[in-house]
Amino acid sequence: MSSHYPDPNVPQPETFAFTPEVMEQAKVFIAKYPAGRQRSAVMPLLDLAQRQDGWLSRAAMDYIAGLLGMPPIKVYEVATFYTMYRLRPVGKHHVQLCTNISCWLRGSDDVKRAAEEVFGIGFGQSNDEATLEEVECAGACVNAPVAQIGDDYYEDLTYDNAKALFQALKDGKPVQVGSQIGRQTSCPEGGPTTLKGDA
Amino acid sequence: MLQDKDRIFTNLYGIQDPFLKGAQARGDWDNTKAILDKGPEWIIDQMKASGLRGRGGAGFSTGMKWSFMPKEVGERPHYLVVNADEGEPGTCKDRDIMRHDPHKLVEGCLIASYAIRAHTCYIYIRGEFYREAEALQRAIDEAYASGLIGKNACGSGWDFDLFIHRGMGAYVCGEETALINSIEGKKGQPRLKPPFPAGVGVFGCPTTVNNVESIAVAPTILRRGADWFAGLGRPNNTGTKLFCISGHVNKPCNVEEEMGIPLKELIEKHCGGVRGGWDNLLAIIPGGSSVPMLPKSICDDVLMDFDSLRAVQSGLGTAAVIVMDKSTDLVRAITRLAKFYMHESCGQCTPCREGSGWMWRVMERMSQGRASVEEIDMLFDVSKQIEGHTICALGDAAAWPIQGLIRHFRPQIEERLGRRAQAAE
Repeated sequence: MSSHYPDPNVPQPETFAFTPEVMEQAKVFIAKYPAGRQRSAVMPLLDLAQRQDGWLSRAAMDYIAGLLGMPPIKVYEVATFYTMYRLRPVGKHHVQLCTNISCWLRGSDDVKRAAEEVFGIGFGQSNDEATLEEVECAGACVNAPVAQIGDDYYEDLTYDNAKALFQALKDGKPVQVGSQIGRQTSCPEGGPTTLKGDA
Repeated sequence: MLQDKDRIFTNLYGIQDPFLKGAQARGDWDNTKAILDKGPEWIIDQMKASGLRGRGGAGFSTGMKWSFMPKEVGERPHYLVVNADEGEPGTCKDRDIMRHDPHKLVEGCLIASYAIRAHTCYIYIRGEFYREAEALQRAIDEAYASGLIGKNACGSGWDFDLFIHRGMGAYVCGEETALINSIEGKKGQPRLKPPFPAGVGVFGCPTTVNNVESIAVAPTILRRGADWFAGLGRPNNTGTKLFCISGHVNKPCNVEEEMGIPLKELIEKHCGGVRGGWDNLLAIIPGGSSVPMLPKSICDDVLMDFDSLRAVQSGLGTAAVIVMDKSTDLVRAITRLAKFYMHESCGQCTPCREGSGWMWRVMERMSQGRASVEEIDMLFDVSKQIEGHTICALGDAAAWPIQGLIRHFRPQIEERLGRRAQAAE
């Protein structure tokens, strides 16, 4: 099981409220579900709160419980069950490395080493620059190994190109999303074996 | 080899415009009204006749599944739920459909919903696929703006709403009843069946849950005819399929091929072969991490379809082919999968919650050579006690990779443990 919990040493803010713009987005999510089923919106609303603050505080969970008319414990259950909810603050770059089988077979250990060297932290650790996390299958297996940083995927990593990528992020330089070896998404490297007529 | 003219996903790699103009140029949304006008019964009959088996892993007839929904809508509305919680290690096909050919899915949602008499559909997409959800939302917005979905969708007189619900990182939500709980704003823990979703699904209403690929191929099947689809592949294993080939091949890729293609041909034609040549092959997991691995001797001539792989005690699963060459430490590889299932167990059933962790700890010791040979039998025995004794198939999925390893590579495990024993002497 992978339930995760808030760190008791992290100070919790007293209060939380959506900004007016985020509140508009929240209303759109709530309207997706039938009348009386607004509880269904708890997941997207927790995500909105996390995007607003960078992490999910207890105050944010209580606020959403109030907004949706749910017992707070039901919100805590959801927030601790799903691993993408961050119950403590993360560094500027949230670097998540897949180490599952397809990535491991193609060298995720090297990518991990590159990340550790650049950011100076290991899995499960944070500093101001980054939070480094091991994640389960990211679902981009034919472009393994893969890192998810923020909302974007970085694919076809090697020790060298991963190190360059992480260093560029650290230095605030622009980076290329997707394949790091110039591949066309999930197409075989060097060109397609099918669909050549339309390409 | 499958010809391009028989391929459904003609923008698999995103080379062309994924959105409405490009999709229409590829034939999507071409007189969808004419398909709907033939009525739900006709659509379901055609889907049955096509032989399409669900592309999410279990391989159940899609048309049959649709026919389980009540024929009349009573007090409770019907729902279609699309499972886009793609997380089976090795699998990344639905991602390409959503980011490169999203209108195939949107159109499929309308047709399938109409066939099961649902006015509302939710697509449950894994949370990590944020960009894919953006692309899909853009396609949905385009379809609404063009009158293809929404009120009087495609001029058919049928009102249809389509929403995305994003997951937040839980593999178990790929199980249909866990997914339903998640849409209801709960922890993603599977429900006991019966009742089946067709009777009591999301919000307590009749619900059909289908994989992205199953829904996305439906419009093309109905347009080109059930006979066309049934004419591809092999009997009871018809049509085309998206394969994801990862691991130790020269060119990992996704590709659409005919069902029943020989595994060796799939790898040699599209992936530049196994790294170091076919003879350097050690083992392949043919259908995503949950199915048992196959040694090279079986890979030499096995066909890639549901029945052929079942006959060799494995499965087509999601058609995610994970290739391992002779440099692979197979015990280490399966240990990694054991850790995955431990991490993803929802904790509801004791055999899975406790057993997945127990199996990982034993595998971890075995991979380091710190176990006795007798423990191999015990591990196999415990895996059999987990398999079939849980609410959902995650317990089975945790057990099968380990069983596959022991079935085919027992001498290699014994050798590792034996070396340890010798070293200790």
